[in-house]
Amino acid sequence: MRLLVLLALPLLAAGAAWFTKAERRHAALLPSVAAIHAALVVSCWVWPAFPAPGGWLALDAAGLLILTLSSATFLATAIYAVGYVRRETPRGGRVFASCLLAFLAAMTLVSISQHLALLWLGMEGAALSMAPLVYHRHDRRSLSAVWKYLLMSSVGIALALLGVYFLATAQSGSAGRPLLLSDLAAAGAALRVPWLRAAFLFLLAGFGTKMGLAPMHTWKPDTYGEAPPLVGGLMAGVLTAGAFLGIVRITQVMIAAGEGGFARPLLIAFGILSLIVAAAFIAGQRDLKRLLAYSSVEHMGLLALGLGLGGIGAYGSVLHVLNNGVAKTLLFLTAGNAILHSSSATSADNRGLLRRLPLSGALLFIGLLAIGGSPPFGVFFSELTIVGAAVNGGHAGIAAIVLAILAIIFIAVAAILLDVVFAPAPAAEPAGRRMRESAWLVTPPLALAVIALVLGVWIPHPVRALLARAAITLGGHAP
Amino acid sequence: MPHAARFFLLLIVLTDFVVLGTTRLGTIIRAIAAQGILLGALSLVIAPEWTPHAVAIAIGAVAVKGVALPWLLAWAMREAAVRREVEPLVGYIASLLLGAAAVAIGFAVSRRLPLPGGGSPLLVPVALASLMIGMLVLTSRRKAVTQVAGYLILENGIYLFGLTQTATVSFLLELGVLLDVLVGVFVMGIVVFHIQREFDTLDATRFGEADD
Repeated sequence: MRLLVLLALPLLAAGAAWFTKAERRHAALLPSVAAIHAALVVSCWVWPAFPAPGGWLALDAAGLLILTLSSATFLATAIYAVGYVRRETPRGGRVFASCLLAFLAAMTLVSISQHLALLWLGMEGAALSMAPLVYHRHDRRSLSAVWKYLLMSSVGIALALLGVYFLATAQSGSAGRPLLLSDLAAAGAALRVPWLRAAFLFLLAGFGTKMGLAPMHTWKPDTYGEAPPLVGGLMAGVLTAGAFLGIVRITQVMIAAGEGGFARPLLIAFGILSLIVAAAFIAGQRDLKRLLAYSSVEHMGLLALGLGLGGIGAYGSVLHVLNNGVAKTLLFLTAGNAILHSSSATSADNRGLLRRLPLSGALLFIGLLAIGGSPPFGVFFSELTIVGAAVNGGHAGIAAIVLAILAIIFIAVAAILLDVVFAPAPAAEPAGRRMRESAWLVTPPLALAVIALVLGVWIPHPVRALLARAAITLGGHAP
Repeated sequence: MPHAARFFLLLIVLTDFVVLGTTRLGTIIRAIAAQGILLGALSLVIAPEWTPHAVAIAIGAVAVKGVALPWLLAWAMREAAVRREVEPLVGYIASLLLGAAAVAIGFAVSRRLPLPGGGSPLLVPVALASLMIGMLVLTSRRKAVTQVAGYLILENGIYLFGLTQTATVSFLLELGVLLDVLVGVFVMGIVVFHIQREFDTLDATRFGEADD
C-alpha cells in the first residue's frame, strides 16, 4: 500500500502542476511533495513495506538504497529549486515542475519494481521526463545537446527492451511467473543460457548507455553542459543510479544462473574503459559542468568495475552509488550558485569564488574534494574498497591501473579547484559586487556536504546492514 | 510458418533496403509507412487465433507505425523544405553492402539462438537484421528526418522479435508500441519541429558541435 502511495503521490502532483498556472504554487508544490515522499521512504526503513499484489512491487535492499538516494537528493534539489526559480525563471514554469515530479515518480518505479518490464518502463519515463528540462534555454547548443541525448537514450532504451524480450525467451519453459526477479533467480540454471547471455549483453548496452559508460557516454558532456545545474545534478546522481540498478538486477539473475563468469569480465572491461576515457578528457577541462560530466563517466566506470570484481567490490559498488549521488548533487548545486552569479560555466569566469560567494565557494571546495576521492569523504572509502576488491581477487594489474587513473583525475580536479576557488577574482570585477547568498540556495548543498562527510567518517549501522544485504544478493560481502 | 508470413518478412527486408539505397526523403518515408503496415499485417498472420487483443495490437501497430509516424515525418520534411539526403557518412553502395552483411549476420546469429518451441525460422534473423540496418541508418545519415527513420527501423526490428513473445508475456508488445508513441510522436516530433524553426534546416550533424 505504501509503495503504491509512494508511486502515486509524485505522479498526481505532476499532473496537478501541469494544470496549475500560478508560479507560486509550483514553488510550494515541489518541496512539499518531496518532503512527504522522503518521510514515507524513512518509514520504509523503520517498518518494512508490504509487497504490492502480485509481487510486482517490493522493496529489497538494493531497491531501498536507490529509493532513499533518489528521495533524499530530490528533496535537496526541490528546496534548491525554490531559490533557483527566483533568480532565473526556467521557460515554462509548469513544464519544469511537472517534469521534475514525473521524474521522481519514474525513479520510484525503477526502485520498487521487481518486474523487469516495469523497471524498463520506469527508466524510459525517467529518461524522457528529463528531456524537456535539458532543452531549457531554447538555443542552438541546447538543441544540439537535447537531440544527442534523445537519440542516444532512445537507442539505449530500445536495446534494453530487446534485452527484456530476450530474458523472457530465456525463461520460457521454466516454471515461475515471467520476468519477476525472484522467479528468475529461482529458475537459476533452468534458464536458457544463449538467450540469457544475449539478454545480458543488450541490457548492459542499453542501461550502460543511460549510465554513460564509455564508449556510450558521448551524450553526457553536452547534456550536462546545457542542462540547468539542478537538473544536471539529478541526472548525474540519480538517473545514472537507476540505470545502475537495472544492471544490478540482470547481474543478480546472471549470478543465480551460474553465469557470473560471463558477466564479470564484461563489466570489468566497460569499467576500465570508462575510467581511461574519463581521465583522458578530464585533464585540461575548463568548463565546470563538462568537467562534472567526465567525472560522472569515471564514477560510472568504478560502479561497473566494483560489480564486475565481486567480493567486497560489490559492497564498494553499492556504497559508491550513494557517495557519488550525494557528492554529484552537491557539486552541481554549488556550481549552479557560481553560474547564477557569473552567468558562465567556464572556470576562468568563476575565479575567486571564495571571495565573492564565501559559502558556495567553500561548498564547491568540499564537493570537489569529495568527488576527487580525497579522505575523509565517502567517495575515498568506496574507491578504496573497489581497489581492495581488485587486489583480493588477484587482479593486481587492474588495481594499479585504477590507482594511476584516480591519481590523474584527482590532480586534474585539484587544478580546476585551485583555479576557481582560490585564485583572485578577475580584475574587471567591481570589488564590492557580492551576491547575497540565499538560504534556499545554500542549505541543500550544505546538508549534502554533511551527508558526504558522514558516509566517509561513520556509516550509521542500519545503512551498513542494508549495504551488506545488497552486496550479498550480488554474490559479494561486506569488508 | 504460413507462406504469407514468410512473404511479409521478405517485403520488410526489402523496405529496409529501399531506405538504405535512396537519397529521396519522400521515398524513405513511404518505405517506413509500408513497413509499419506490413508489421501490423504480419502480427495478424502469425497470431494463432484472432483474439480481440491480437487484433487491437495489429491495429495499433498500423495506426502508429504505418500512419501517424510517417505522417509526422512527412510534415516535418514539408515544413523544412528538405527533399534529399546529402553526403551521407557512408555511401549508398557501401550502405547496401553493409545491409546485406547485416542480413547474413542475422542468419548466422539466429542459428546460435534457437527459439524455444521451434516456430518461425525467419522471424529472428529478420528482426536482428532490421536492428542492425536501423542502427546503420541512424549513425550514417545527416538529416534528422532520416535519423528518425533509422530509429523506427531499429524499433520495428525489436517489435518483430516481440511477436515471438505474445504467448508468454502478452503485454510486452504494448511496451514496444508505447516506445513508439512516447519517443516518436511526443518528443522527437517536437524536437524536429524546433530544429526546423531555429535553423530552417534539418541537418542534425552541422549545428553546434560543442567542443571538448
